[in-house]
Amino acid sequence: MHKALVMEADACTGCHQCEMMCSYGKVGAFNISKSVMDITAFDGGALNVPSTCTQCEGAWCMVVCPVQAITVNPATGAKEVSAEVCVGCKVCTIACPFGAINYDPDSGVVTKCDLCGGAPMCVEACPTTALAYMAEDSTGYEKMRRHAVMSAGLPEGTA
Amino acid sequence: MHYVIAGAGPAAVAAAEHLKELDPSAKVTMIGAQQQPPYSRMAIPYYLTGKVKEEGTYLRRAANHYEEKGIEFVHGEVVSLDGPGHTVSLADGQTIGYDKLLLATGAEPIIPPVPGMDDPRVQQCWHLEDAERIIELAKPGARAVQVGAGFIGCIILESWVLREVNLTVVEMGPRMVPRMLGEKAGGLLQKWCESKGVTVHTNTRVQSIESTPEELKVVLENGETCAADVVIVSTGVKPRIAYLDGSGITVDQGIVVDQHMQTSVADVYAAGDCAQGLDFSTGETAVHAVQPTATEHGRVAAANMVGNNSLPYKGSLNMNILDTLGLVTCSFGAWEGVEGGDSGEMFNEGNYQYINLQFKDDVLVGANSVGYHEHLGVLRGLIETQVPLGAWKERLKKNPVQLADAYVGVNQSELKVS
Repeated sequence: MHKALVMEADACTGCHQCEMMCSYGKVGAFNISKSVMDITAFDGGALNVPSTCTQCEGAWCMVVCPVQAITVNPATGAKEVSAEVCVGCKVCTIACPFGAINYDPDSGVVTKCDLCGGAPMCVEACPTTALAYMAEDSTGYEKMRRHAVMSAGLPEGTA
Repeated sequence: MHYVIAGAGPAAVAAAEHLKELDPSAKVTMIGAQQQPPYSRMAIPYYLTGKVKEEGTYLRRAANHYEEKGIEFVHGEVVSLDGPGHTVSLADGQTIGYDKLLLATGAEPIIPPVPGMDDPRVQQCWHLEDAERIIELAKPGARAVQVGAGFIGCIILESWVLREVNLTVVEMGPRMVPRMLGEKAGGLLQKWCESKGVTVHTNTRVQSIESTPEELKVVLENGETCAADVVIVSTGVKPRIAYLDGSGITVDQGIVVDQHMQTSVADVYAAGDCAQGLDFSTGETAVHAVQPTATEHGRVAAANMVGNNSLPYKGSLNMNILDTLGLVTCSFGAWEGVEGGDSGEMFNEGNYQYINLQFKDDVLVGANSVGYHEHLGVLRGLIETQVPLGAWKERLKKNPVQLADAYVGVNQSELKVS
């Protein structure tokens, strides 16, 4: 059973440390624009919602990739982008109905959450329980996954 | 059970793999006409710029990928189909029998009926071989005229500019990429290309191409003449379906399929660029010759071939993303708007940024954008889920840039883990 990155908006204070650490892990710099974890603030910061790729079963990004640049890491279940293989065509960025894979003009390839190979830096950085890395069958994960399938509008198992 | 797939592009490969996943003991045969292993036309522009080598355009990385998946690959071109007899014939005279057949024969370039198109310095950009020829012709300082500023035309512009070719683009439509971008978005793209040194003519056709041993003269309907060392023709593509004449299969713009991707002939399905399937936005059928539709078609067709038409398809959302010399443009769904709908717009001409959102009631139905590359996928999510935007609609009309916030906002109550 793979672990999942579970995001709990109620516990998020909007400190953005997860974004800082994510960008550091991704590009070696504290630059929130390079983070693949996003905190969206509502009502002037009264509510903060963390979001990133849920490593959904549908994996629209992986299915649509024309050069097989996105593959599953068997150890974590994460869908990972190979920067060597990706040509930068961006078709995954419109196919993902969650907007969770994005093009980085500086690198010329797409970027997304890869669970940091099994030790997500965002979780380590989170000072509350807003981000946790836990067994997939723990509370809420199934709900998120159902939501993923539903949101994409395809019957389960087709994409 | 023997599944046969005519074609070896993205729809064919997606279908072949899904057929083996769903029915591992079945025999799956994929018939491809190209010399190379199955490759992606989406990757050819990056082959032209030198970002990847030929292998970098292949749909699958491992040399023995198809063997390993148990997919038989036959090299050949399907030239006819006998529906009642359940066979296809290949150009080399071979006949292959099937239990269920998928037609995924893709598209082919439209060649405009212009005198002079047969000169060897006039080049299509469709197959890998065309790309190799273009690389030879596009020498630094060469004068190139590109006929057509559609999707393919725009995506290969970068390779000309990188090769230091003097480029003139001729588009018969009123703007660049007229079938994907509205007036403001297309205009912004043209201005961007011109700022990069590309000459752009719109609203005019090529009348003739006159050739002398030294050069080509491209004569335009607007009276202008462009001297050229090379002419690239990228005037769009059409479904490759001529081989179906006399087969009894209903064709219109493409091969007409129902919600199960089945054609008018039993046990024959179609997918990808050659198929005219359900359009999510209109409920009618349309040809959506884009990569996301091809892979979805392939997988849905495979599921129905194995599951006896048990998986109805909601239809494909027409969408496209294009990077022209570093300016990213995209379109989704009913970007031209729908009857009784309304829209919101943000236009920052100096920054080459534009977003246009189209609504029907409080549901997003289409979008165009220029100069944005972050979280574009939420446009698909919002359109396909038809989620009511509620208060977010007015906020988006005022400031369309808040798209990703709106997406999280309308979904956050469901996403909340409690």
